[in-house]
Amino acid sequence: MVLTIIKYNAGNIQSVLYALERIGVSAVVTDDHEQIKAADKVIFPGVGEASSAMRYLKERGLDEVLKNLTQPVLGVCLGMQLMCRYSEENETECLGIFDEPVKKFSPPAGKNAESPRLKIPQIGWNNIYNLQSTLFTNVPEESYCYFVHGYYAALGEHTTGTTDYVQPYSSALHKNNFYGVQFHPEKSAGVGERILKNFIELV
Amino acid sequence: MMNEELYKLTQLPVPPSGGGGGFRQRGLTKRIIPCLDIKDGRTVKGTNFVDLRDAGDPVELGAFYAQQGADELVFLDITATVEKRKTLSELVNRIAHHINIPFTVGGGISSVEDVSVLLQNGADKISVNSSAFKRPELVCELEKEFGSQCVVLAIDTKKEEDGEWYVYLNGGRLKTGVKCFDWAKQAVELGAGEILLTSMNHDGTKQGFALDITSKLADALPVPVIASGGGGTMQHFVDVFEAGRADAGLAASIFHFKEVGIPELKRYLREKGINVRI
Repeated sequence: MVLTIIKYNAGNIQSVLYALERIGVSAVVTDDHEQIKAADKVIFPGVGEASSAMRYLKERGLDEVLKNLTQPVLGVCLGMQLMCRYSEENETECLGIFDEPVKKFSPPAGKNAESPRLKIPQIGWNNIYNLQSTLFTNVPEESYCYFVHGYYAALGEHTTGTTDYVQPYSSALHKNNFYGVQFHPEKSAGVGERILKNFIELV
Repeated sequence: MMNEELYKLTQLPVPPSGGGGGFRQRGLTKRIIPCLDIKDGRTVKGTNFVDLRDAGDPVELGAFYAQQGADELVFLDITATVEKRKTLSELVNRIAHHINIPFTVGGGISSVEDVSVLLQNGADKISVNSSAFKRPELVCELEKEFGSQCVVLAIDTKKEEDGEWYVYLNGGRLKTGVKCFDWAKQAVELGAGEILLTSMNHDGTKQGFALDITSKLADALPVPVIASGGGGTMQHFVDVFEAGRADAGLAASIFHFKEVGIPELKRYLREKGINVRI
């Protein structure tokens, strides 16, 4: 099986590679269109800012390549957000694979002054629940995953995992061959390794 | 937009067999972070982990803590000489290969180039301390280049007789006239994504964390605050999360010397109603 990781201007590619190594899988990091199209599976990682990442993808024609892939594709964190329709982060038109919009976390209205100050970005471990995808085979409801993000995908018809921060949002999305997770499976201990394995084993 | 009532509705009772008692709640958890001091690629403080093959190996010790349920790790390099910096990047690379939770690397970082090498080798975050105080633009440069999510500002602070908390540099050896709160606020505005706050008055005492300055920062700043210095008992962690309103608690020797185990600490916290990952 050939697994490729999309190479672009958003970080954390090393961490994904190392996590795959830990579960015994090797991957090719590339921005070459033909190599990406020919892969059995594709991971689209990312830590960074939406508009500059989209600009980079467009300049290299990677946006069209990504949208038209037919093999399983896993977007991680910013990668998942870029697969959505639109991001409030610098008002960015994204790939439009998922209809769900990406919004900025903001404190709930009428917030009690004594309640703890809302920290943005969300950094740390949170639960995933209402799990509805083969990506979560053998992953218990309420499992903890590691998140770092200031923007979130709203709940919608493609939501396959939910997490609560300020309000419930999509911590996982799925449509056809496209999968997305908001958390970092490569940093989410055994649960994350299970999810990566499930992606590798998808048929 | 949902309101806070929702959190109450999503509290989940944990069956008695689930262990730990208390309630499992949904939402972001408080983090427990062991800190490992590194010199020339080895952990510095002696530990009594008889069950480890080599407790001096930061990778093995870190992997042990990850397996025990640590939420993150901090590796603080106290290697004095510049020549040994290469040892650190090699170590970071080995840690990144073997450990499946996030980790921060700190100590002697003073440039975008230093950080770039560490992140390329797989560090998730880096922490800066004196170098950022001496040249605050560094925080800005790091935020622009790598994003605030990987920039942790470490502050060593001490409460003086006037009742104010001041910033100390160079591992606590050099006093400044700048108040801790002012520097933390400025650094967050410049792009720091988290504050690692160490109270010199409390560090090593095992008498509890500095709750006043921790809560002051945690309430006022829009980024997480990691409290460090003084954690000696499980109750001290309850206090730092409740009264101190810290987002994470960091400690070293109590974990290294098994005075407090991470699994028992987390069970205790959950029993006390604090949301932790178990």
